Amino acid sequence: MVGAAPAATLVKDRAADRPPARRGNAMSYGFVSVYAVLALAFGLLPALYACYLAFTDGEGRFAGSANFSKVVGDFRFWPAVRHVALYLVCWLVALVVLVTLLAVIVHTIRVRWLSRTLRSVFYLPGALAGASSVLLWLFVLDPTASPVGGLLRLLGFDSFVQVIAPGNLPVIFAVVAFWTGAGAWIVIMYGALNNISADVIEAARVDGANVVQIAWRIQLPMLRKWISYMCIMSLAAGTQLFVEPQLLSQASNAVVPNDYSLNQLAYQYAFQQNDFNAAAAISLLLLVVALALSAVFVTRGGLFERD
Amino acid sequence: MTDVDIDAPSSRRPGVSGWRGRTIVTLIVTVFVLFFAIPLVWLLLATTKSARGLIVGNPFAPGSAGDLSANWSRLFSFQDGAVTTWMTNSALYALGALVITLVAGIPAGYALALTEFRFRRLLLALTLVVMLIPNTALVLPIFLELNVVGLIGSPLSVILPMSFFPFGVYLTYIYFSTSIPRDLLAAARIDGCREFQVFTRIALPLAAPVVALVAFFSFVQNWNNFFLPFVMLPSSDGYPVQVGLTSLLASTPAFNPSSAGSQSVQLPTLALATVVSVLPVLIVFLVSQRFLVAGMTAGGTKE
Repeated sequence: MVGAAPAATLVKDRAADRPPARRGNAMSYGFVSVYAVLALAFGLLPALYACYLAFTDGEGRFAGSANFSKVVGDFRFWPAVRHVALYLVCWLVALVVLVTLLAVIVHTIRVRWLSRTLRSVFYLPGALAGASSVLLWLFVLDPTASPVGGLLRLLGFDSFVQVIAPGNLPVIFAVVAFWTGAGAWIVIMYGALNNISADVIEAARVDGANVVQIAWRIQLPMLRKWISYMCIMSLAAGTQLFVEPQLLSQASNAVVPNDYSLNQLAYQYAFQQNDFNAAAAISLLLLVVALALSAVFVTRGGLFERD
Repeated sequence: MTDVDIDAPSSRRPGVSGWRGRTIVTLIVTVFVLFFAIPLVWLLLATTKSARGLIVGNPFAPGSAGDLSANWSRLFSFQDGAVTTWMTNSALYALGALVITLVAGIPAGYALALTEFRFRRLLLALTLVVMLIPNTALVLPIFLELNVVGLIGSPLSVILPMSFFPFGVYLTYIYFSTSIPRDLLAAARIDGCREFQVFTRIALPLAAPVVALVAFFSFVQNWNNFFLPFVMLPSSDGYPVQVGLTSLLASTPAFNPSSAGSQSVQLPTLALATVVSVLPVLIVFLVSQRFLVAGMTAGGTKE
């Protein structure tokens, strides 16, 4: 599940503002030791080992950029990049437009129970992540079983294979991801809207601004940092696309190829071709993208400290 | 951090007036309520139907208890009770990792927030960076690493990587550095508490909300994790239920025509499998929703 919460990152490192208690030094090491070992073993070491593999060949000799040119030259690489990119565009546009719209709308609802119920309805699908939500959407997209079969036929889809035609996949994956992930972001945005000073809104209203103007001129600019946070997290997570095309490939008798996304291609290299070096090269490329995005977020953290 | 009231005074927010505005708002809200709710509602109803009833009947008419129990027994007799094995595995992995996450993470968050030691900033930076990269990004590298030490296929190959949960440490760190009055800890020291006792007797009881929050996120993430166990555990006996679903899917003729046979799975059974696979998470979601929503936005409201 994406961005289920790291909202807490937006808080400054307050411990740095005050001198920490200089006590219990030995105890401190004891307290962080288990976590530090885990962080080294499953954070730092695998990344370094992937680096080593990506720059060596099967016998452990230095290979320069050979693995990278191999995977980039693979006829499946650029289609996979294109698939992931298209999916990301669909998903990010849907997230930015619809999450903001829904958060603003739910925020205007003054009836408390209604507003709370709506947030719950939007949020609950988040419980179904990964394989479960994909499975559910296989049903929904199969016109013979679907609860919205009529709608699918109205759109000209009479069979499951027609629905999952290659051109539709980015939209389908975006819909599935939106259905599972949007609720958490709506709740986060809603919380952020509550943080906007009521006086500002009041002043705008006194000056004659209507709801749309308030949303466009005041709420939206003040949500900007949250929207960019959502985009960065979603972009990083979206590049990792795996379970959706993997299950769809299985369920469609390979109408959807099993090397649709980059992560699937890396998986194919590791488990079908036993080429760990090439798999490491793709993983490293994806890791660099994720690291770069997280670095943008961390270093431009100043963006998130003040309104 | 959990007692944040996220419902601001309702009289002070912008409201929509005029029939046209209200109509548009009602329309948009209705469309999205249907979008989010229909698949879930339908899925629950589908588990109570027969294979034929699912195709020909009204999609929103409930089936019968008899069909539900028939689907139930079909599901749990699939491959001699494989589903029970998978659920047990899921529980073992998710809870095992949860325990290690708490034992490793809560003291670490405390030490990072309230004590000074070498590498503190380094560990904090590593935590922040790994927290922000998607957890699938390190799966293949971890596979390659564990392959060297021969752990592939063992439950540890999923439990240990899942136990590394930087987001939990960061939440704990934020909590201890913002919500615990230092005077309280200092007072305890003056009263003769040793450092370890300050943690166990004072800090830990006060941190109950954040422990619950970390436990929730860790459990949900572990239970729903697909890519890691998919890569690490080659044998069906070791699957967690999320990966086991792929086996069920492969035996469903509707999605895999070559699978027709005695072990074939009908659509309502597959629907029931989907529900069963998320039942623990769904229950935790429903029980802890209010508290969770407050927790998710707490970071923001503390700015």
